[in-house]
Amino acid sequence: MSIPVSPVPPSLQVDHLTVAYNGLPALNDVSFNIPHGARVAVVGPNGAGKSTLFKTLVGLLSPRAGQVILHGQSLPHHKECVAYVPQREQVDWNFPVTVYDVVMMGRYGHLGWLRRPRAVDHAIVTRSLEQMQITDLARVPIGELSGGQQQRVFLARALAQEPHILLMDEPFTGVDATTQQTVLSLLEQLREQGVTVLVSTHDLNLATTRFDLVLLLNRRVIAFGNAAHVFTPEHITHAFGARALLLNGTGTLVLDECCPPEER
Amino acid sequence: MDFWVAPLAYEFMQRGLLASLMVGVLCAVVGCYVVLRSMAFLGDALAHAIMPGVAIAYLLKGDVLIGALVAAILVALGIGLLSRQGTLKEDTAIGILFAGALALGVMLISTTQTYAVDLTHILFGNVLAVSVDDLWLTAGLSLVVLTTIVLLYKEFLVISFDPVLAATLRLPTELLRNVLLILLALTIVVSLQTVGVGLVAAMLVTPGATAYLLTRRLPMMMLIAASIGAFSSVAGLYASFYINVASGAAVVLIATAIFLVAFLFAPKYGVLWQARRTRKEVEQTQ
Repeated sequence: MSIPVSPVPPSLQVDHLTVAYNGLPALNDVSFNIPHGARVAVVGPNGAGKSTLFKTLVGLLSPRAGQVILHGQSLPHHKECVAYVPQREQVDWNFPVTVYDVVMMGRYGHLGWLRRPRAVDHAIVTRSLEQMQITDLARVPIGELSGGQQQRVFLARALAQEPHILLMDEPFTGVDATTQQTVLSLLEQLREQGVTVLVSTHDLNLATTRFDLVLLLNRRVIAFGNAAHVFTPEHITHAFGARALLLNGTGTLVLDECCPPEER
Repeated sequence: MDFWVAPLAYEFMQRGLLASLMVGVLCAVVGCYVVLRSMAFLGDALAHAIMPGVAIAYLLKGDVLIGALVAAILVALGIGLLSRQGTLKEDTAIGILFAGALALGVMLISTTQTYAVDLTHILFGNVLAVSVDDLWLTAGLSLVVLTTIVLLYKEFLVISFDPVLAATLRLPTELLRNVLLILLALTIVVSLQTVGVGLVAAMLVTPGATAYLLTRRLPMMMLIAASIGAFSSVAGLYASFYINVASGAAVVLIATAIFLVAFLFAPKYGVLWQARRTRKEVEQTQ
């Protein structure tokens, strides 16, 4: 894929990226450019390397080859402007902290050693809570939250980081309708603020209707562009293999993901 | 009134009480991280693994606390190193290091004439033999550990709750983990004289676990744990004075009794409360 000539440099450029996870190649020669402020759905079967891609973008995994370029500089620069919303299972929800404490952790990167939160940090946390509509839960221990509320706490924490690039890992999986709606309206707000958003999802319908670009991934980039360009029968079959069932004539697509293997 | 004052007529009791109080509070606060990070086995192993340091200091007639301090820091860093390589699972590495060091300690002590008495003191502490110098060392180390925990509060919080976030925030997670291990080692050394290596794990884990049944905020958890640690230390020492039992064991048993009460009766997280809530839910669904 050639780099398009553009007056504005792409905010996120991934260049021939190869990443191994537990010794096995999880991403192979992945390249794409995402313009500033775009909303990108990252779609692919389980084990396609969606989480690996996000973890590499945020600096948790080191690429074996290739590089990630943010705002024209390679990854060790500008890392602080990337926020990552992990899958909810990643933390112990019985940890003795409140919603407010968790969202405040998003400010720690801006605070530095030995510093206590300043008035501006409290203001940003309050605003992030309002944005995710969980202000009334601020003092609640996180162990008492529902799955959707947990997701919104993680999103509020990412907002408090004031990122330029926001990565969300499966925010629509296992959440209630309210939370799904909150996430979707958040995507609109973030576009107005010029934040680039990458969201991994299994929901091809949402990917088509709510995102500017779709990245179809299965260890390699199968297709990248707008939904109409990406979701062709060939691409889908290529990415999902036998699990994709195309109903001929109607153009309807069914994915057999009812018993997905464990994501590594 | 006389009941509380009478023991204080003895200077060794005054020193013992002061030392117990400091150790009770220190163990409980550090213990909150031990509980939350599932480091109970590590804490216990660390305590036993400092035996050789104690034994060597004992044989050379040096300061036992200094010997323990050196051994504890070496072992803490050793465990960090072994488990980092990924060749061994962490609890296997701990198990090997712990048993080997304990055997070395026992072997060294077995060369002395007063083997049994010395071993008992190291294993179970001898709070009534605390000297003024020991008190100063205990106070100094306690201050260092507690100050570090206050200063690095948000860093320790985030590496314990969400190591992934800690890494994306560019915190040196490996370094912070080792600092926490060293703080744990220092705490264990300070506890040597009051509860001994055999029982220090209880003082680390029990007050923190009790507090976890009573609150879901970390600062409050530390405060409650510290109160429980302080109370059981003092009460245990009085019990040992009046009914003439081993002080370390008395302290630990009182802490355990408080835990059992909380385990049964704690609001929200206690066994009885949860049973009642389940019954209510069943009734509502019917």
